[in-house]
Amino acid sequence: MSDHEAFRAEVREWLEANCPPEMRQPVKDEDDVYWGGRNATFKNDAQKAWFEACRDKGYTVAEWPEAYGGAGLTPAEGKILRQEMSRIGARPPLSSFGIWMLGPALLKFGTEGQKQKFLNEIARGEIRWCQGYSEPGSGSDLVSMQTFGEDKGDHWIVNGQKIWTSYADEADWIFCLVRTDKENKYQGITFMLFDMTSDGVSTKPIKLISGNSPFCETFMDDVKVPKSYGEDIPGYVGEINRGWDVAKYLLGHEREMISGAGGGDRTAAIGAAMKRMSGELDAVLRAELAMFDVDALAYSAMGEKFLDEMKAGKGHPAQPNMMKYVGTELNKTRHELMMAAGGSRALEWESEETRGGKPARNWLRTKANSIEGGTSEVMLNVISKRILDLPGA
Amino acid sequence: MPLYHDDDQAMLAETASQFMAEEGAIAKQLRHWRDRDCKDGFGHGLWKQFAEMGFTGMLVSEDDGGLGMGSYEAGIVLEEIGRNLTPSPFLASSVLAATALKHADNNARERWLPGLVSGDHVYTVAIDEGAKHRPETIKTRAEKSGNGFKLTGQKDFVLHGASSDMLVVAARTSGNDDDADGITLFAVPKDAANMSHDAVRLVDSSMATHTKFDGVELDGDAVIGEVDGGREILNAMLTAGRIGAAAEGVGVASGAMDMTVDYLKQRKQFGKLIGEFQALQHRAAHLYSEVEIARAVTMKAAQLLDGGSEKADLMASVAKAKVAKAAGLAVKEGVQMHGGIGMTDEYDIGLYMKRDRALQEFLGDMYYHAGRVADMSGY
Repeated sequence: MSDHEAFRAEVREWLEANCPPEMRQPVKDEDDVYWGGRNATFKNDAQKAWFEACRDKGYTVAEWPEAYGGAGLTPAEGKILRQEMSRIGARPPLSSFGIWMLGPALLKFGTEGQKQKFLNEIARGEIRWCQGYSEPGSGSDLVSMQTFGEDKGDHWIVNGQKIWTSYADEADWIFCLVRTDKENKYQGITFMLFDMTSDGVSTKPIKLISGNSPFCETFMDDVKVPKSYGEDIPGYVGEINRGWDVAKYLLGHEREMISGAGGGDRTAAIGAAMKRMSGELDAVLRAELAMFDVDALAYSAMGEKFLDEMKAGKGHPAQPNMMKYVGTELNKTRHELMMAAGGSRALEWESEETRGGKPARNWLRTKANSIEGGTSEVMLNVISKRILDLPGA
Repeated sequence: MPLYHDDDQAMLAETASQFMAEEGAIAKQLRHWRDRDCKDGFGHGLWKQFAEMGFTGMLVSEDDGGLGMGSYEAGIVLEEIGRNLTPSPFLASSVLAATALKHADNNARERWLPGLVSGDHVYTVAIDEGAKHRPETIKTRAEKSGNGFKLTGQKDFVLHGASSDMLVVAARTSGNDDDADGITLFAVPKDAANMSHDAVRLVDSSMATHTKFDGVELDGDAVIGEVDGGREILNAMLTAGRIGAAAEGVGVASGAMDMTVDYLKQRKQFGKLIGEFQALQHRAAHLYSEVEIARAVTMKAAQLLDGGSEKADLMASVAKAKVAKAAGLAVKEGVQMHGGIGMTDEYDIGLYMKRDRALQEFLGDMYYHAGRVADMSGY
């Protein structure tokens, strides 16, 4: 038996012993997702048991080093673990922006002290993070952001406003882009870390066209941000005034995640399901569904090629932008067609039959797909410039 | 199996790319034969060179003197054919007819395959009846006659039919016009009596025929596979042919796109390179995305077919439809972004538009294949 086969057998056995049956059901509601943090509560004992087993095994962040709370798995082992979890339908034991966003940034740019403290807190689900990037006046043109930190020697005094901060009202800490040099656009931003309970921080949830959302506005009014939280634990990631490098790295990482996560929902054909749902399909709708299914199935082949090439270090480095562009546009079309096939039933906003207006709310929510994490227009700019090498793009 | 070329396939791609860019170039082949009003629509010299490269018998088994390669490798060659608009009997002879002959008995394989592999012979297939691809309905009939058959009917869109040494003809030996069963494939030699070709030049300068069978007498040896058992072979031909046509379409799309993106970097208007205008950049970037996806799904379909997957048939239709969409966009955007000179015969971009139009139609267009995806998915 090869090492990988042995590892697979070991993982299988461990999952069998530790993943409760309830945790092998698809995620249905918001509270099925465990986010951790200071004020976290478990929905039930199964959720708690599953999280704790993974935490103790290092499986909340399996590929991080053991010293930082992970299990130190190689990428190949990590893939085996994911395959085995997906085989039994196991839910992620812990979800967080710490795992997805801050963690990768710290692994790349953090000091040893920061890794020891923050990565372990993230891995153990102790601290829940949120991300402070966009501002009301700085969306696609993120680098124009104005939130300002005035240098006071051993700390900054930060004033400004962030927007689209997911779960800011439930997060413990924030990683936040703050301007620290008004003269220098790109080299005048610092990637700061601070506690959301600091004096002067307040949040306000944002209601979307689809209803309630995890998004918030975050206000900073004379917030004191220390430059150090102890020996070798700076209050910022990377260098002062070089936070844009970290932010850019994370944006690339985010697009890669969005495009890499293209599997499942986004690539499935829908025509057959629509026919089952609504009986006869109008001829032109059937035709549109067929054209959509062609696009969706072709995109799924592209997703496979993209991932294969990424793993082998082939493919263009800007390709995630193309995947993000096509995947999100496709998802919007998918929901337009689902609304058309759903008819008046799909319009219901609160009914039990629609589980609280899921079709309509999901349809509206997909309109953000091509805005968040870089708009389609920005993706097209990047493709023009970096892949097609068009002038002055 | 990962969805990119392995080392051997990468080497084949490089060889094919270089060969086609040099020997199969537009000026050397397409324009050369067109401007001389060549009745074949392609050069026999190039076809011999294809044989020397090993292309003609790529899909023929090693036992039969070929290379025993798969649809994926044929797709690599076809993409280069598409990129250079190289006129050749490759798709009809080396993909479609070769796929049919895999199912033929020893005698037939010995009779037909050596000529294909050596590049001395050119073959084609006669499937369509009428202006649209509807292989579900076959009216051409082969009636029992003595020890053989008598073939009556008409086939259309027979690629280089008048230049072919043999035609693989799908005919009905029993049942009604729309029946799935009752089809038999015949290898009809060019000198068969009572067969006549009405040869026509198509928009892309290729040649095709309306071919009439007016009681063509065939002996039993002409049957490929089993009598009444031809539907399965026909389907195998169609799947391989559609994936091949898709691969050629990816090449046409890529060639048109590259030429257009280059032009955006050279042409100046309003004191700027037109590639600086965002209105054109976004369209070019969208086109790039579509072409990439079309290539991925074509590679996937070929991989499925070579792996013997039952999904190959569905993905062949997905690929044919997606490539039609992407290549159609590439040539339309190509002509538009070239502006006035895009309309001139002197510039090559219009030749891409013409080739794409013919290729779209061959073995089913976007509408046919999208409809087929819906049928196969159960809606």
